[in-house]
Amino acid sequence: MTRRASTTALRVAAAGVALLLSFPFYWMLLTTFKRTSDLYDLKNNPLLFNEAPTLEHWRFLFADTLYPRWVANTLAVGAAVVAITLLLAAPAAWALARLTGKWGERVGIGMFLMYLVPPTLLFIPLSRVVALLDLQDSLWSLIVIYPTFTVPFATWLLFGFFRSIPRDLEDAALVDGLTRFEVFRRVVLPVSYSGLVTVAIFAFTLVLQEFVYALTFISSASNQTVGVGVPIFLVRGDVYYWGELMAACLFASLPVAIVYNLFLDRLVQGFTMGAVK
Amino acid sequence: MIAPAAAYVALLVGLPVLMSLFLSVSDARVGSETISFAGLTNFKSALATPAFRVALRNSFLFTAASQALVVAGATLLALALREPFRGRGLLRLLVLLPWVAPISLGAIGWKWLLDSLYSVVTWVLVALSLVSASNPPMWLGEPRLAMLSVLLVHAWRTLPFATMILLAGLSAIPRDIPEAAAVDGSGFWRTHLTITLPMIRPILLVALLFGVVFTFTDMTAVYILTRGGPADATQVLPSLAFFTGILGGDLAQGAAISLFLFPLLLAAAVALLRLARRAEDAS
Repeated sequence: MTRRASTTALRVAAAGVALLLSFPFYWMLLTTFKRTSDLYDLKNNPLLFNEAPTLEHWRFLFADTLYPRWVANTLAVGAAVVAITLLLAAPAAWALARLTGKWGERVGIGMFLMYLVPPTLLFIPLSRVVALLDLQDSLWSLIVIYPTFTVPFATWLLFGFFRSIPRDLEDAALVDGLTRFEVFRRVVLPVSYSGLVTVAIFAFTLVLQEFVYALTFISSASNQTVGVGVPIFLVRGDVYYWGELMAACLFASLPVAIVYNLFLDRLVQGFTMGAVK
Repeated sequence: MIAPAAAYVALLVGLPVLMSLFLSVSDARVGSETISFAGLTNFKSALATPAFRVALRNSFLFTAASQALVVAGATLLALALREPFRGRGLLRLLVLLPWVAPISLGAIGWKWLLDSLYSVVTWVLVALSLVSASNPPMWLGEPRLAMLSVLLVHAWRTLPFATMILLAGLSAIPRDIPEAAAVDGSGFWRTHLTITLPMIRPILLVALLFGVVFTFTDMTAVYILTRGGPADATQVLPSLAFFTGILGGDLAQGAAISLFLFPLLLAAAVALLRLARRAEDAS
């Protein structure tokens, strides 16, 4: 095969894989607009609209279920967790970035590895902690616990940003008589704006994707987040209402996908831990 | 300035790990007032239950099989998406979707795709005459098929992540080396196999280690797709720990089960540290 033909073959194969990977989302989209009678008729070709499309599933989801409440809960928890994450991670990352020698990076990587301690190892002891704090079935339990995985990742990402800021900038400000803290607040933070936004968005998406802690700590339907509310509480009895379910999934997934795509390169840099320069 | 972040993580990650160790050698249950030392009975009784042994085997099987698929698929995708061409941005977004969608929502999507009556996967296979319409496959109801389904959902979810890591790795390889090889007359596939792949091996390893950690410690896919069923056939360590410790209220036994995740996590962390150290030395 010539080089050109090989490249084309590779791209065609990749396009096939990409279509296969994204097919579930296409199928979700189709499902949300199909009439119930169309969905549950075995004689129909499921890939086509056999009856006129409908907005009924979307209307039902937003008007007659707890879904809007779950979206609001998720947004509230997300905002609180992002605030806590930035407050804790930004100073820590800056201090690490200003340590001389290799120790800043080593401590930073150590912090990052804490991100790998999974909820499934911690949920049992943390359920005791949540009980001790009397936060069962409260969104506050999530606000307290979620920073355990957002702070390690955020510290590591911000460490990379702060390290790329030239030290001269800070030294000049110090000479001007500002204290360390003022330098951090008035010089470092403003030039790190894009880094802080990236971290805020990433922390928010981690909150949106979380399942295990919310399933463990929250029991009542009205206190759920989207990630648990949809798969567990949108199912009535044993009956799955697929039209609404798929609408609920798409509505929560697509905005994240688009935002993620914009910030992807920076996030990947975080995961490669300096193995890629 | 590191102190607040470090204290937060120490209190709510470090301390709970110790609590977990403590619980695993106790007889703690939800609602019981007294706790006493129980030695290694929880670990012993876990090892003696058939459900645990199935879960232990499944955890390794799901992780190994799904990550093998992921490494192969991600390498192919990354090589294909490396150079700019029309439509690359769209393909990248499509590939990314399974990773960015919350896992619990992606899994519920698959539950619909694999529905016992209205599965579109079955419909396509019937249309291609690969399965018979009168005896459709019970994707999530028959033990072997359920295992295959869970495994493929794991692969589906982690493939994008590995692809993106590999793409970053490929972009760091000097372009002229493979081109020099091409001028030397070594063919396209040969160039990739003998030159590109060895060069991205460290980054492939990074992607694999994260994939292993994410898959091995995940209970969401199993919980939503099968609840560990049919009859515990697809149970994994994290989901079994959840059913035992949280739903069953046996905190001690649940903690013991989840601690079986620890050795592999530790090994992955050490491997990642060594890779990072090597990158540090090279710089």
